[in-house]
Amino acid sequence: MKFVRMMQPILPTALLFFLASAGGAAAQSIDDTINEAVKVVTVPFVQFIFSSIPGTDFPWIVLWLIFAATIFTLYFGFIQVRAFGHAIALTAGKYSRPEDAGEVSHFQALATALSGTVGLGNIAGVAVAVSIGGPGATFWMILAGLTGMATKFTECTLGVKYRNEYADGSVSGGPMYYLSKGLAEKGFAIPGKILAFAFAVCCILGSIGAGPMFQANQVHAQIVGVTGGSDSWVDGRGWITGLVMALLVFAVIVGGIRSIARVTEKLVPFMAILYVGASLVILFLFADRIPWAFTQIFEGAFTGLGVVGGFVGALLQGFRRAAFSNEAGLGSAAIAHSAVRTREPITEGFVSLLEPFIDTVVICTMTALVIVITGVLQVDPQTGLYVWDAEAGRIATEGNLSGIALTSAAFGKGVSWFPYVLAVVAVLFAFSTIISWSYYGVKAWTYLVGEGRQKEMAFNSAYCVFVVIGAAMSLGAVIDFTDAAVFSMALFNIAGLYVLMPVVKAELNSYLARLRGGEFARVGT
Amino acid sequence: MSQDIFVVAYDGTDPQTVDFAVAQARKSEARLVICHILEWSPYSFLTPEEIEERHRKRQEELTRAEATIMQPVLERVRGAGVAAEGELRYGHIADIVCEIAKEKAATLIVVGRSSSLSARVFGSVASGVAQCATVPTVIVPCD
Repeated sequence: MKFVRMMQPILPTALLFFLASAGGAAAQSIDDTINEAVKVVTVPFVQFIFSSIPGTDFPWIVLWLIFAATIFTLYFGFIQVRAFGHAIALTAGKYSRPEDAGEVSHFQALATALSGTVGLGNIAGVAVAVSIGGPGATFWMILAGLTGMATKFTECTLGVKYRNEYADGSVSGGPMYYLSKGLAEKGFAIPGKILAFAFAVCCILGSIGAGPMFQANQVHAQIVGVTGGSDSWVDGRGWITGLVMALLVFAVIVGGIRSIARVTEKLVPFMAILYVGASLVILFLFADRIPWAFTQIFEGAFTGLGVVGGFVGALLQGFRRAAFSNEAGLGSAAIAHSAVRTREPITEGFVSLLEPFIDTVVICTMTALVIVITGVLQVDPQTGLYVWDAEAGRIATEGNLSGIALTSAAFGKGVSWFPYVLAVVAVLFAFSTIISWSYYGVKAWTYLVGEGRQKEMAFNSAYCVFVVIGAAMSLGAVIDFTDAAVFSMALFNIAGLYVLMPVVKAELNSYLARLRGGEFARVGT
Repeated sequence: MSQDIFVVAYDGTDPQTVDFAVAQARKSEARLVICHILEWSPYSFLTPEEIEERHRKRQEELTRAEATIMQPVLERVRGAGVAAEGELRYGHIADIVCEIAKEKAATLIVVGRSSSLSARVFGSVASGVAQCATVPTVIVPCD
């Protein structure tokens, strides 16, 4: 019986397998057909979300995120600076009560949330930002990461405060719950319900886009890249990559085979450390160029250093990548953190503010420094300015590389075999991101259709099918649409955060008063 | 004179350890604290779903350990005429055993030793307890 039930969700995957193997020639037209069909509906939405502020080429949605991060930073009195030490102490378990042993620790909550956010954005996205916006993009990226810490703090505190707890001890939380319950408390019951519904819909679409569609697609590109590019046997056979990944994802999220997830979850933090370590090795090898690199970053931040788009281009690229990478304001982290048992909602907020710091300020900056310092971006020896490749719309690079290939080449300058390690790192990052987003998608789904094991299974099975689709097809229109859906999560989430920020302030003041009063004793040494 | 307290580390599979402790407790009219520790590290990695289920799983684990391990052993010890209490906790086994010994002001720790390959390579609970104990410790061979 159990086996039969397990088999049912496999059927759509199997069907797709036959579809994909039916012939490469047919696949092209299937891509086109889907693209055309989807475009009619999605293009206006995509254009709306990514449209620029009149008179600039700055998308208003990025400004929406930055503005919110600035407001929260000021409203909570630079909480990211004030609470930084306390956040580290909490994560290290300095305030954990012995009788809570066996519950999820702050460290575990942070590690799991991080493995959802640290992904290809840190490797590929930063390369895109630096090659389009110049080294100056790094400065703005760091700034966006630092202010984003306040946004994460706000949303994760609310996520825990307004979560639903069920009789069996399980919990569901996230923006859909604080938008509906929190706003109702403030007397905005109907708008709250509407925001929560809109958020949940965007979260489902966004989870499919940011998870299986984008990540599986990039993994396939990466595998093709290291196995010989267009000569590779796997080139054009994305469904194979997709099917393998889909089966692994299926085993974890539907089959409940946790050991696979545990292996990747264990490897991801290790990989992150390895990645930062390798970056430091590169920086050490090019140590004499570090002052020059920082000059490039600071000068570039305000002058653009002759890169087309100048200072605005650098600013835009930096901000965009930071937002993509650390997800502050999207509300996804609030879903992850609200599952954690804690006595004080605010402690999850404190811990979560470390995420943009680690993700953006540390890991993304490392990638940017490595790219700048190794000189893969071409400089005109006469003027000392970067050579602009107008055709590609970015700075000319050695071998005409961009994205993850550029990062790979930069690392290869210092350690010749590192690109292979990077390929493995990228695949693992992608896998863990797919697993994390499936959870966000499920939570939004069950908010809409109700809790239930079968309902979760239905969503997760469909989710696996999208892994294959994402890897097999180049659905530009679909990916644009899901990107837009991810950002529109921020639209509804942040609108609610403004209304609810006094709630967080009250929690913060109460907690800090009790902390000073010695209510939360430090334990251990 | 106050009654001596012996701490017994019990993993649920080594009756010899408990039998030895009972025999010793009878001789010196001591009271036993039977500890069963569920291995737990706050630094292991969990998936989002595992995080969500953790609280429920923990309750289940505690209930199961209480019913299948702690209650039977306490009955056996009390049946042999020795006063005993149980301690069920989460954590690093050796550290927690030593901690309980300190808390209870125990005068003796009794711990079983099995000789598996992994114990030889990575060290065992018995050697861990021997390292951190602040009171005399008896290691009972269990195979």
